Amino acid sequence: MAAREPKKHEMPTQKPEVRAHNFEEVALGYTAELAEAEAQRCLNCKNKPCVSGCPVNIDIPEFIAHLKNKDIEGAYEVISKTSSLPAVCGRVCPQESQCEHECTIAVKLGLEPVGIGRLERFTADWHRNNKKTAPVKPEPNGHKVAIIGSGPSGLTCAGDLARLGYSVTIYEALHTAGGVLVYGIPEFRLPKSIVAAEVETLKQLGVDIVTDVVIGRTLTIDDLFEQGFEAVFIGSGAGLPNFMGIPGESLCGVYSANEFLTRSNLMKAYLDDSNTPIMKGGKVAVVGGGNVAMDSARTALRLGAEKVYIVYRRSMEELPARKEEVEHAVEEGIELMLLCNPVEILGYKNEKDPRDPKNGFVRAIRCIKMELGEPDEKGRRRPVEIPGSEFELDVDTVIMAIGTSPNPQIKDTTDGLEVNKRGGIIVNEEGLTSRENVYAGGDAVTGAATVISAMGAGKTAAKAIHETLAD
Amino acid sequence: MNRILTKKELNPTVTLMEIEAPLVARKAEPGQFIIIRSHSDAERIPLTIADFDREKGSVTIIFQIIGAGTMRLNSLNEGENVAGFAGPLGRATKTEGIKKAAVVGGGVGCAIAYPVTKKLYEQGTEVHAIAGFRSKDLVILENEFRTHSSGFFAVSDDGSWGEKGLVTDTLKKLIESGEKYDEVITIGPLIMMKFVCALTKQYGIKTIASMNPIMIDGTGMCGCCRLTVGGQTRFACVDGPEFDGHEIDFDEAMSRSRMYSAFEKRAREETCNLLKMGNGGNA
Repeated sequence: MAAREPKKHEMPTQKPEVRAHNFEEVALGYTAELAEAEAQRCLNCKNKPCVSGCPVNIDIPEFIAHLKNKDIEGAYEVISKTSSLPAVCGRVCPQESQCEHECTIAVKLGLEPVGIGRLERFTADWHRNNKKTAPVKPEPNGHKVAIIGSGPSGLTCAGDLARLGYSVTIYEALHTAGGVLVYGIPEFRLPKSIVAAEVETLKQLGVDIVTDVVIGRTLTIDDLFEQGFEAVFIGSGAGLPNFMGIPGESLCGVYSANEFLTRSNLMKAYLDDSNTPIMKGGKVAVVGGGNVAMDSARTALRLGAEKVYIVYRRSMEELPARKEEVEHAVEEGIELMLLCNPVEILGYKNEKDPRDPKNGFVRAIRCIKMELGEPDEKGRRRPVEIPGSEFELDVDTVIMAIGTSPNPQIKDTTDGLEVNKRGGIIVNEEGLTSRENVYAGGDAVTGAATVISAMGAGKTAAKAIHETLAD
Repeated sequence: MNRILTKKELNPTVTLMEIEAPLVARKAEPGQFIIIRSHSDAERIPLTIADFDREKGSVTIIFQIIGAGTMRLNSLNEGENVAGFAGPLGRATKTEGIKKAAVVGGGVGCAIAYPVTKKLYEQGTEVHAIAGFRSKDLVILENEFRTHSSGFFAVSDDGSWGEKGLVTDTLKKLIESGEKYDEVITIGPLIMMKFVCALTKQYGIKTIASMNPIMIDGTGMCGCCRLTVGGQTRFACVDGPEFDGHEIDFDEAMSRSRMYSAFEKRAREETCNLLKMGNGGNA
């Protein structure tokens, strides 16, 4: 047998200087040849450590074995047994800290791990482009479940239950299904046609999706039980954006990442003929270091910004964003300002002319340099300000990507639903809340986290709901 | 489906629409708002609920034709459907325990001042309604106010309707003449609400202002509608839309409301041209 390739096969991507000016997908995906060659790197080892690294426990060596035999549809069948959204996960999962982190050829042989995410993406894309058969609607089992929110946790929970014969209704507050996959993650990282196709698959399974219904307002959880639903899953998502509490955050030109991304993605401001206003061009500072910060920065760049900074208070090592996104952002020309924290946002104020249209808009952000001190309770080294190191960065737009706090609307209208100090819904290991037959998962429980962990939570809850209702 | 049951022109720039929305009508209370989308690619417009009929399953909205979005909404006719209608959102006006109140509305804000006035009046509160318009031809809901208040005070900028002057002049006169209000509720242009609140602060009268900042989702996700109230960041969509008027930073709210004025002007002109071509603004 030939020596194993030490590195993952590269996935073709658009060149940085080209993609920085369009909203087309950055990574183009493996060809069939590349996928087969990459599949050959898998040892198909017995103990399958990668599977335990996957929050939805896809049988990874099994699907890769099908790819080695050119049986792509067979690979898809293996994946779709446990994952409702493979085309999404193949694109947005942080594989480097999950399945690929456990890969035997990396751990034991010191090579690059198998490109599991890339293979998953290839498999799902091939299926979508080549197989038009609708999934078979299962026999109804007579039970009704309501799902709140059509993001990753809700879609997963709905898919798993629908496959077991449950009559499932998803209530979505916005006008389009998909949650963060639609309003948050940009087109260049996750094309909306892919989300729409995954949602369509669920509809073919019999899932009913009702948009423009805000649970906690239009209907309460108690209303849902009165309507005959036997269990409810809350996957309502992250909630309200956090701000830093520094002066100047209400100036024109300061956005939360949620607002900036929602304007561009859901409301289509990225299209030339859009009705949705958004600040384009100029200099932009994005505050934060997660995937949402990377998405915001890269969106701003594509909307025509001449310069984009990412301002993050810790160092490269602590940067929480997915590695590939950080690399892509840097390649595109985004400047990382690490160990740096904003202290004030400064606005224009023309004292001589109160009607100057620039009045009230951002002109700069004042930052202070940081150094890493003692580790905090999570073991991350705490950033400490360096006295006297303040400096100003001239910018027109500031985007705050520093996390979210749970939306209180469901808690406030549901008696007996307990939340923690931060407002996150309290659940047990099965996803059950303090209310009988009410389950929850995803960001509404954990605060801002990943798509795949939300999917894992949706899956856990679906299993628990099935065990409770099927008796 | 959300069908337009009634469409009425209240004045050349203000339209009333009664829309079929049984789920929203079941829960709606004065002070809350809805998000409407006229067409599938249209913006999400937040509008405070003007009236509702639980039995009929309808919600009434009143809007000023002011920008591209409201122009497209106004291009729809009775019997047609709007693409989306979500609500009721935000918190309802708190009216319990108010014995005597003044409701101060300005312009199209009177569309929202009216249901609050009506609710107070029907629960037995002595309620004075002060309605201000630029001129007589812009007046809306006059009869409704007259029949659902304990006293109605008409004010116009040019004196063509009621008393000439500002709503704050009338409110001041009433307070000075010995009217003892437990609460003042104000709904209208930011500048008007700012001065109503400044006035009532002098007299120590609790005042609630209904805010209508720029919104996108309206459900507590994007944070666009944030205001500074009592030094804290608050979200009009989930914490409001009504806040303690003496705590609101109105200057900041006014500055934020102008963030997209240049874009909106351009969009209005483009939409105006499209609508003239008669395709409902479907570019």
